[in-house]
Amino acid sequence: MNPKVTRRRFIKGVVASGAAATTTGMWYAANGQDRPGGAVERLIRINVNGQMRSVDVAPQETLASTLRYKLGLTGTKLGCNRGECGACTVVVDDVATYACSVLTHSMKNARIETVEGLESPNGDLHPVQQAFVEELSPQCGYCTPGQVMAAVALLRENPNPTREEARHAMSGNICRCGSYDSYLDGVMRAVQLG
Amino acid sequence: MAYMHIGKDFVPPDVPGKVTGRIKYAEDYTREGMVYSRLLTSPIPHARVLDIDASEALAMDGVFGILTADDVYPDGEPQSTGLKILTNEPTLVGEPILALAAIDEKTAETAISRINVTFERLPFVLDPLDSLAEGGANAYPGDQNTFVFRQGFATEKWTEDQVASFRAGNEPTAEAQQTWSLGDLEAGFAASEFVYETTFTTAGYPHHSMEPRSAMAYWEDGKLYLHGTSQSLTALADGMAPIIGVPKEDIVFINAATGGGFGQRARANSIPSMAIPAKLSQKINRPVMMRITREEEFTIGGARQGFQGWIKAGFKPDGVMSACDLYIISDNGGKGGGGDASSAADCIDVLYQPDALRFRGTSIGSNTAHRGAQRGPGQNQIAPIIAPILDKAADALGISRLEIRKINAPRNGDVAGPRQTPFTSAYVPESLDMATRQFDWEGRQARRRQRNGSKVIGLGLGQGYHNAGRSGMDGIVTMGTDGRLKIHNGVGNLGTYSYASTSRAAAEVLKMPWENCDILNVRTDNHLPITSPQDGSNSIFTNTRTMFGAATDMLNKMKEIAATDLGGDPADYDVSNERVHQIADESIGYTYAEVAQRATELGGKFTGEADLPEELAEWTQISVSRLAGSAFMGVYHDPRHEGNPPGFTVTCCEIELDLETGKYEILDMVTIAESGTIVHPQGMENQLVGGAVWGIGLSGYERHLYDPQNGLPASTGYWQSKVPTYLDTPVKIGTGWVDLPDPENPVGARGIGEPSMGAVSAALTAAITDALDGHHFATAPITADMIINHLAGTEENAAPLAQNNFRG
Repeated sequence: MNPKVTRRRFIKGVVASGAAATTTGMWYAANGQDRPGGAVERLIRINVNGQMRSVDVAPQETLASTLRYKLGLTGTKLGCNRGECGACTVVVDDVATYACSVLTHSMKNARIETVEGLESPNGDLHPVQQAFVEELSPQCGYCTPGQVMAAVALLRENPNPTREEARHAMSGNICRCGSYDSYLDGVMRAVQLG
Repeated sequence: MAYMHIGKDFVPPDVPGKVTGRIKYAEDYTREGMVYSRLLTSPIPHARVLDIDASEALAMDGVFGILTADDVYPDGEPQSTGLKILTNEPTLVGEPILALAAIDEKTAETAISRINVTFERLPFVLDPLDSLAEGGANAYPGDQNTFVFRQGFATEKWTEDQVASFRAGNEPTAEAQQTWSLGDLEAGFAASEFVYETTFTTAGYPHHSMEPRSAMAYWEDGKLYLHGTSQSLTALADGMAPIIGVPKEDIVFINAATGGGFGQRARANSIPSMAIPAKLSQKINRPVMMRITREEEFTIGGARQGFQGWIKAGFKPDGVMSACDLYIISDNGGKGGGGDASSAADCIDVLYQPDALRFRGTSIGSNTAHRGAQRGPGQNQIAPIIAPILDKAADALGISRLEIRKINAPRNGDVAGPRQTPFTSAYVPESLDMATRQFDWEGRQARRRQRNGSKVIGLGLGQGYHNAGRSGMDGIVTMGTDGRLKIHNGVGNLGTYSYASTSRAAAEVLKMPWENCDILNVRTDNHLPITSPQDGSNSIFTNTRTMFGAATDMLNKMKEIAATDLGGDPADYDVSNERVHQIADESIGYTYAEVAQRATELGGKFTGEADLPEELAEWTQISVSRLAGSAFMGVYHDPRHEGNPPGFTVTCCEIELDLETGKYEILDMVTIAESGTIVHPQGMENQLVGGAVWGIGLSGYERHLYDPQNGLPASTGYWQSKVPTYLDTPVKIGTGWVDLPDPENPVGARGIGEPSMGAVSAALTAAITDALDGHHFATAPITADMIINHLAGTEENAAPLAQNNFRG
C-alpha cells in the first residue's frame, strides 16, 4: 500500500477529526441537498473517471453523495454511510477510499475512479471485473462495486499478491452474504488475467 | 444422469451488472418530480402516541404532506404480531410513527423536527425472563407479553421462584405454551448410560443486509409502480398489494436485485415499510423516494430470536440418543413473530433421531428489535448448543465423535418431526464420510488439544439441517416466432442466482441452448407466475418443479402440433437442436420457430386461451390472461409433493485458540452439502461459503446489546454487532457435495442456503469447546472476553441467561 496514505490511516484521521458523516441526523447534510446562500464556493471541478466534471457541491457534502446524486454514478453504494462497510469504496489517487467518509471539496486535485470507469471504451471488462464474473464472486452484489475497487487498488500496489495478502488488503470491505472466499478467488484469478 | 444444463456452471445474466455497477437497486432509481420521505420514529422503547401536532411542519415551504398510522389504518391498527406500516403504539426504539414528504431530505428532516409528538411513556422490558417474572414489565400493547396463535395477545407470568430457579440452571417448572413429544421420554432416560443437562442461551442479532430497505413509489394511470427490495418477486407483490390496498392487477413491483435478505425480506409483512412511499405518493400525487439509513435498517430490518433454554439429553451405551428434553423461552422482541423454538426441537429430531423427544416452548416479547425468520430460524440457534453435547457423550461412552454422529444420523426411509414426516431422501452418513475424508479428520486427531506456547488446537465436527422444498406453485414459459424460449420466473434475485438456476430446468426439458433463452423477471409486469417466497431454502426444489412442468407442457404441445400437422402420434416425436421431429426420421419436423408460429395460428390451449390448469393462483391467472393469444405458451400448476425434502450439511474445522487473548484463528474448514442433485456448482459453493461466514458470526461474534436503563439499542452498526470480515474467516474454505438425486424433484434438487450455516456454527463451537478441554459455555456467541473470563476463573458480570445484553 501507499505508505503515505493507507485507507485505514485515512479513515482513522477522518473519524478523529469528526468529519465523518455518521448518523441519521447528518444524512441530509451529507447528501448535498442543502442550498445555503453565502460566499462558499459551490461550483467545483473534480476529475472522475478521467473526465473533469463541474458540479455544485455543498460544503458538507460527501464524495459518495456527489457521485450518486449529482453525477448519477449509482454504482457506488451506500451500505452504512459511516465508514464501516466499504460498499462505497472508490479509488482516489490509486488508494482505496471510503467515498462516504471524504468531503467532495477535498477532492478538487484528486483523481477519482469509480466502478463505472473501469471498462475499456470497447466494452471489455477490467480484469478484476472479468475475474469476478468468472469466479461468480458476487452474491447479492450490493458490496461488489466496493470489492471491485478495493481489488483494483490492491493490484496496482501489488500486482502479484498472495491470497493472505489479498485477504488483508480487502478486509475493509464487508460482505454480509459472506462471499469472501469467492472474492478472493476472483482476486487471484484477476492476477492471472492481469 | 447426463444433463445439458443441470450441474453445469454458467454466468447468471445479472452478474455483469453487479461487477460494473449497472444493475439498479431500489435507491438507484429516480423519477421526474420525485420528492423525499423521512421518518419520525419512536425515541423510547414502549409508548403510546397521545397527540401529533404537525401544523408548523405542514406550513413550511417544500413540505407536501405527512402520513400517520391513522391514515394507513383508518379502522384501527391490526391487533396482531408483526411490524406495522406506522404505529401509534411503538414497542421498540426506532419504530416509525409518521412519514413526511418534502422537496428534499433536509427540508423533510427540518420539518420533522418541528412536529410535536406527545408520548405516554410505558414500562419497557429487555429480557423475556424479566417480563415473565411477576410484576415484570410487559412489552406489548395492552400490558401483555405474549401472543397465542388464534387467540391473540395474552399475558404469561411465572413466580419469582420459578424464574430464579431457571436462571440458576434448573429445568423450568412452569407450564409451557406449546408442547409436542415423540416416544417414551421416561423410558429413554432410563435406558441412558450418559445424561447431560444444562441451561443455555443464544443471542438475537440483526440481519444487517447491506442494502438498506429504501423504496420508491409512484402512481401512473391507476397503477402503482413500486421500486423496492425483497428476496421474492411475485410472492412479495402478491402479499404487498393487500397491505397497500391496491388490487393485484394494479401493482407493478420492480426489483432487479436485492442487497441481501437472509429471511427478513422474503414476505410482504416483513417489509411493510415499503407501503410508506406507496401510500404517501398516492396521498400527495408525486413520486416518493424513502431512503433508509443503517440505523433505521437495524430497527425495521429485524433480528433473529434469542433463546433462553434448558436441554437434557440421554445416550445409551452404544451411543444412540435415547431421549432429548428441550424447553425454550424465545425472545419475540417488540413485534412478536417467529416459531424458531419448535424448529430447534425438530432439528434435533431430524439430525439425531432420538428414541424420544419432548419440546416445550413459550414465546415472550421484549422491547427490542422486531424478530422474524433469519437464516435457519431455530435449526441454526440449536446447532452450536447441541454439538458439544454430542462430543461429551462420545467421550463419556468411549465412542469417536464421528461415530456417534453416524450412529444417530438420519437415513433414507427415516421420519422426523412432530408429524413424523418421512424424508424424500437422506444421505447423511455419506456426507459425514465425505467431509471427514476430505478434511482428514482421523489423521488430525493427533493434533487435538496440542499446545504451542499459549496456543492450543481444537477440532470440531458439526451438522446442519433445514427442510428445503415446497410445492403447489405455478410455472409459465412462452416462445415467440423467433423460436427463443422465454422463461417467466417470479423468483426474486436475492443473490443466490436461483432465479436463473431454476430457469435451467425449463431449458433442460426443451434441450434449448442457454444463449437462446431469455429469463423474464425483474418486474412483475413481465407476466410472471406465483412462486413461494424465496425463504426456507426452498427455491431450487420448488421452482425447478414449476419450470420443469411448464416446459414439459410446452414440449407436449409441440409434439401434439407436429403430430397433427406432419402425421403420426405425439409419442413418435422428440426434440433436439431446437426442432421437434419424428424419432424415426429426424428430417420430418418443425423448427422451434415454426412450431411457435403454428401454435400462435392455432391459438386456444396453445396460447393460453383455453384448457388452463384449474388450480392456477390468482396472480398467475392475471399474468396468463395478459399473455393469452400473444405467444406459444406452456403453463403448469405443480401438485403437492410427498415428504420432507431436507438440506443437510456437515462441517469439520480446526482452530488455534490463544489462551492469553481468547481469540482464535480457523486454520482449516471443510463443509459438505447433501442437497440432492447440484444444479449450479458455483452457486452451491457460494451458499456453502456464505453460510460458513454466517455460522462463524453466530458462534463467535453477533449479538444484540441494549442499554438497560433507557432501552436504547447499542448495536445498530456493523462494528457494534460484529459481522465477520475477511480476517475472521478462513483463508480458504473447502467445499463439496454428495450429489445424489432426490426422487421428489424432476432434476433431483433440494435447497441448501440455511443448513450451510448451522453445520459451521456447530463445528466451530465444538472446536472451541475442544480447545478448552471440553468446557461447555452453552451459549452463542462465545466471545473472546468469555473465554478469557473462563480461563481466569473470573465471574462474568452478565445475569445468568441474559438476553439482549452480554451472554445473549
